[in-house]
Amino acid sequence: MTDAGRAGLHIAVAAALAVAAVLVLPGALELFALINATVWAAMALLALSLAFAWGAGGILCFGQTAFFGLGGYAYAVAGINFGDGALAVLPALTVATLAAAALGWVMFYGRVGDVYMGVITLTVTLILFKFANSTAGEQWRIGAAALGGFNGIPQTPPLNWPGDPANPLTPEQVFVVAVLCLFGCYAAVKLVLLTRFGRVAVAIKENELRAELLGYDVRAHRLGVFTIGGAMAGLAGVVFANCVFVSPSMFSLAYAGQVVIWVLVGGVGTYVGPMAACVALQALASWAGTVPGFDPNLLLGGVLLAAVLAVPRGLLPTAQDLLGRLRPSRRRPAEPKIAPAE
Amino acid sequence: MSAPLLATEGLTMRFGGVVAVDGVSVSVEEGELRCLIGPNGAGKSTFFRCLTGQYRPTSGRVLWRGRDVTGQDPFRLARLGIGIKTQVPALFDGLPVVEGVRLAARRLHGERESRRLADAALGRLGIAHLADRPAGLLAHGQRQLAELATVVAPRPDLVILDEPTAGMGTEETARTAGLIRELNRDHAVIVVEHDMQFIRAIARTVTVFHQGRVLMQDSADRVLSDPRVRDVYLGRAAA
Amino acid sequence: MDLALAVGLQVLTGVAVLVIVSLGLAVVFGMMRVINLAHGEFMMLGAFAAVLATGAGLSLWVAMLLVAPVAVGLFGLVVERLVIRRLYGRMVDTMLATWGLSLALVGGMTMLAGNSVSGVSAPLGSVAVGGFRTSGYELFLIGAAVALSLGVWVALRFTRWGLVARGTMQDAETASALGVAPDRVYAVTFAAGAALSGLAGALLAPLSGVVPTMGAAYIARAFITVITGGAAILAGTLSASGLLGTVSTLGTFLSTPVLGEVAMLVVAVVLLRLLPRGITGRVLRRAL
Repeated sequence: MTDAGRAGLHIAVAAALAVAAVLVLPGALELFALINATVWAAMALLALSLAFAWGAGGILCFGQTAFFGLGGYAYAVAGINFGDGALAVLPALTVATLAAAALGWVMFYGRVGDVYMGVITLTVTLILFKFANSTAGEQWRIGAAALGGFNGIPQTPPLNWPGDPANPLTPEQVFVVAVLCLFGCYAAVKLVLLTRFGRVAVAIKENELRAELLGYDVRAHRLGVFTIGGAMAGLAGVVFANCVFVSPSMFSLAYAGQVVIWVLVGGVGTYVGPMAACVALQALASWAGTVPGFDPNLLLGGVLLAAVLAVPRGLLPTAQDLLGRLRPSRRRPAEPKIAPAE
Repeated sequence: MSAPLLATEGLTMRFGGVVAVDGVSVSVEEGELRCLIGPNGAGKSTFFRCLTGQYRPTSGRVLWRGRDVTGQDPFRLARLGIGIKTQVPALFDGLPVVEGVRLAARRLHGERESRRLADAALGRLGIAHLADRPAGLLAHGQRQLAELATVVAPRPDLVILDEPTAGMGTEETARTAGLIRELNRDHAVIVVEHDMQFIRAIARTVTVFHQGRVLMQDSADRVLSDPRVRDVYLGRAAA
Repeated sequence: MDLALAVGLQVLTGVAVLVIVSLGLAVVFGMMRVINLAHGEFMMLGAFAAVLATGAGLSLWVAMLLVAPVAVGLFGLVVERLVIRRLYGRMVDTMLATWGLSLALVGGMTMLAGNSVSGVSAPLGSVAVGGFRTSGYELFLIGAAVALSLGVWVALRFTRWGLVARGTMQDAETASALGVAPDRVYAVTFAAGAALSGLAGALLAPLSGVVPTMGAAYIARAFITVITGGAAILAGTLSASGLLGTVSTLGTFLSTPVLGEVAMLVVAVVLLRLLPRGITGRVLRRAL
């Protein structure tokens, strides 16, 4: 099958799943569970955004939550000021995208190495976390919106139909929006990977020097991938703001860590894997949260440690490998590493 | 008189107190096949990296068809029409060989044309049967060929090769020399080498490096029989 | 005049805190190329060790200066053996694993100690400097930063361990051919870094209060300092602390502590844009 054919198939399956989720879940779930499902969709989108930056661009971003939080905050602030949630989406995406572009410009055009990149992105998120936490009090407001410090912005406005701020979306409709955003971004990722830009980005991840020697501008491509990832994370923040509300914890170390865990456990370089890992681990963490006296951080940390030490390639690729070994007919026999020169 | 394809003027590269390349002026004409040789530590590799933009020279200039391109990023030099093969083959290990070759052609050409150019390049180097194999699974000799296919697929005006016969036996070296002469029918070629067998097989103009400078430049025959070259080079190579 | 003196002292304290916070991270990064994302939690463990020890009746000084570094150093030894050793040469995996460790430590400590703040009150009262009074403990921290830097310098430069360790980091094979066991050198180095982190946590406990999540308050600053400093352990830490501590203290003085920290981040980012390998990136191999 050609790459395009395979991507088309994946998108079609995803579309079918999205339609099924939209048709079935709002009727089948209690309101609380549905809102929870919406949160999970937002988180899965966040996972997808990092899966793209890391998997397609090889960019080690430990602070993907920076754009998630900025998107959420910008949405809340713009929504309160405009009195219209629909009008706030564009400013929110703009803020997240520009922030990613600015940070990416510093890192890629400064030729910062992988490891530093991880630390710098994490640091930016932590600083934003502290900053957001310190914005309690009257002097910290943007227009009509008080930033609220530790408490965040509980009056984050819900989405509404464009031009009709009097009618906010119901939780069912927000869920549909969340699923559509997730599906849309997944399809977009799959399509971007088919373009020359996407293929070159993947090639850069494989061998930066070779891509550069072929005449491709490595920095520009990485900046592009990182910015797209940041925009998606911002969108995830908007969705999240619609089912919970924005607060400094969106930037927190625990969230930042979780995103990395999802991608790592799901498998860097895959897209379904991180989304699935996100949902599975969220379910696990919320179950663990109900155990009295148990702290979910212990579980997350343990999972991350175990993933690095035991399954460094991620669950999905490892599982695919195992499946492949069970069905030898579909694969070529193992190649000898050193073939005789012809 | 038209400007040479690629020329350096007083190219110098210093690392701390060490002068690795010291005022080198070399020029290569359109369509030429030129060998740069010298013993280990003569400054060849540093010179190569200055030419390909991986190092920014301390002083001196690199001219491409008379235009100053000193210290430009590698991707800009590549866009001028320079194909570069590194000493350790740089390939997209996780991708099928053909995808890398297509991407090489794809920067200048449309999708359909780059597919055609990729198939042509793989055929020309005799590795069409390896097209779908991940580059990371190739054997050493195959990797060299795959990288050559990647380099020539976009049809660059100049191909620069850094020690293409590193790690090869006599027979493979001879075959590579033939291949490079064949490539030279379509591209100007600069080969940075240190293997004397290879220089003999190529038998074109040779520039000899010694201690960061150009010791001499002449035909292969004269270089190979020159006592100075033997002193600085063959003596050590034979030891 | 008094104002200048007061601000000067504040700046010195800010720099000293950065040095104390960063040194453990810098030793492990500079020597082993390992970025320990659990550095903040090592500090947290040091702070808890000091609190527990004082609770058990030990003097605060013994608890801070002895119990905390020894306890965390031993913990570091265990971590090196179980986690770090298995990932040498894989910087990214090491970062991820220590991040997992960091989350697990926060979670585990929350389960053991709860989420309330236990405090250690700052000893030494206040001291008159010129026409105003300042906290004696802050003066002590400045002294501690100087002493720690000197200690690290002496250890690296003059002790047998320092020579062996620096040799091993540059060329593990030759070192092992000379009869030095690289494994042991790595273990001791990591433990030493951990001990410094634990000491830092205990030293800063009187200023910050002790909670399981306290590590997060420090690691951002520690990372910025170490990265801005570059590869040289002491020269990098000191120069970056000097610059960033000054910026953040002046920023704090002019506005709020958080803006001070934001100003510090901005300076660090601009600096990294200009010097991607940090202040000492260019003299990497020469300086300590």
